[in-house]
Amino acid sequence: MSFLEIKNIFKSFGKTEVLKGIDFSMERGEVLAIIGSSGSGKTTLLRCINFLETPDTGMISVNGNVLFNSDESPYSDAEKREKRLHFGLVFQQFNLFPQYNVLRNVSLAPNLRQIKGKKLSKTEKKEIKKQIDDNSRRLLDTVGLSDKVNNFPCELSGGQQQRVAIARALALNPDILCFDEPTSALDPELTGEVLRVIRELKTSDRTMIVVTHEMNFARGVADKVIFMADGVIEEYGTPDEVFGAPKSEKTKSFLEKSLENP
Amino acid sequence: MSFWDVTRQLADGFGITLLIFGITLAASLPLGLIITFGSMSKIPPIKWITKVFVWIIRGTPLMLQIILIFYGPGLLNWDVKLPRLTAVLIAFVINYSCYFSEIYRGGIESISKGQYEAGQVLGMTKTQIFFKIVLFQVIKRIVPPMGNEIITLVKDTSLARVIAVAELVKAAENIISVKGIIWPLFYVGAFYLLFSALLTFLLNFAEKKMNYYSG
Repeated sequence: MSFLEIKNIFKSFGKTEVLKGIDFSMERGEVLAIIGSSGSGKTTLLRCINFLETPDTGMISVNGNVLFNSDESPYSDAEKREKRLHFGLVFQQFNLFPQYNVLRNVSLAPNLRQIKGKKLSKTEKKEIKKQIDDNSRRLLDTVGLSDKVNNFPCELSGGQQQRVAIARALALNPDILCFDEPTSALDPELTGEVLRVIRELKTSDRTMIVVTHEMNFARGVADKVIFMADGVIEEYGTPDEVFGAPKSEKTKSFLEKSLENP
Repeated sequence: MSFWDVTRQLADGFGITLLIFGITLAASLPLGLIITFGSMSKIPPIKWITKVFVWIIRGTPLMLQIILIFYGPGLLNWDVKLPRLTAVLIAFVINYSCYFSEIYRGGIESISKGQYEAGQVLGMTKTQIFFKIVLFQVIKRIVPPMGNEIITLVKDTSLARVIAVAELVKAAENIISVKGIIWPLFYVGAFYLLFSALLTFLLNFAEKKMNYYSG
């Protein structure tokens, strides 16, 4: 059994069928790039995996644990919260919390998880807080922002904000880190720093799914590539297979167009 | 009647004005939030009942509401006789809660979906998302419209005189009718102006305090 298994995901919004039967699997430590034109269902797929949308049918499992199965009764909010923590998500628009400084953006969620509602002595709380702070600083160092811990998001460039968002997603140590077009909202000169950080995470054995329009990045960094079109996986394979020798006509024409307007 | 006598009498009235202002504000700020939750509820009956209620309160004059709450029970032969000030306070709190609730709603709806989703994917509960992420951003955004409403409240307190509560304007009217002098009315204006100047200063201060971030 693979680390991540996605089976037969269907999702409609009203009468619009967005996902029409998605199946794929990933191994631990793999980086998967999902490419495809706008409206092909890439983002919806990622949102289904992160429990922001509920698939109409299908099954999702990580490391043998079934996290979603449409045959089971709907999950409670508390169940969903536990399940979704197997995944982290970095948004296209960063969605940092503007009122908190960079460090607090990263440490807020771990603090809420590990301290709120638990019976802990003051010293225990202090100890945990310190660990979380240290870990947050370490993560911010990993994304190259150790000098910005006290700044507010509005004081950072888009690229820096997105790197904070990556550190924030890592802070809960998810099994699989997802990126929803992480560079699409950035000025062209800022995409490099974000892609570099993602590339560096790969070497640390992270399992990642990256929805992206950056073909060079997909080709250079991903272990596997999925090309989506009209709600189905049109092509799946290694970057060399998908970019070098695409089988489907749709993939070919998409790649031709993307290379014309990189 | 000397200037000091007038001042003392007006100060008594101003005390009532401040009382109406303070209690209305203290009660309406939290009550408004509850009404907001009602009008944003996903349960249709709660949502629609709240919306109709807000529509009625915002769609009729506060003065009428004061009169109804004070005389209404008696006209219906109910055995309740509300003290005048209590009736005024009830009317003000209900009225201002409804106005505040709409300002809150506007503020809450202006927060992007992405903020909620960011909280969700980080495993936060709905309550945590609201209190840890959304609320402060809402407060920052609604300070200017709330300021407007609060300044309006200062002057609306004068409506209490419709059921003979001796607030500031009523106190001045009493002097005028007894002594036949007009200048205390202008003096009353100064009270309101000074008080709203103080509030404006405080509100600006709050606005500046929260401007440490933008967005």
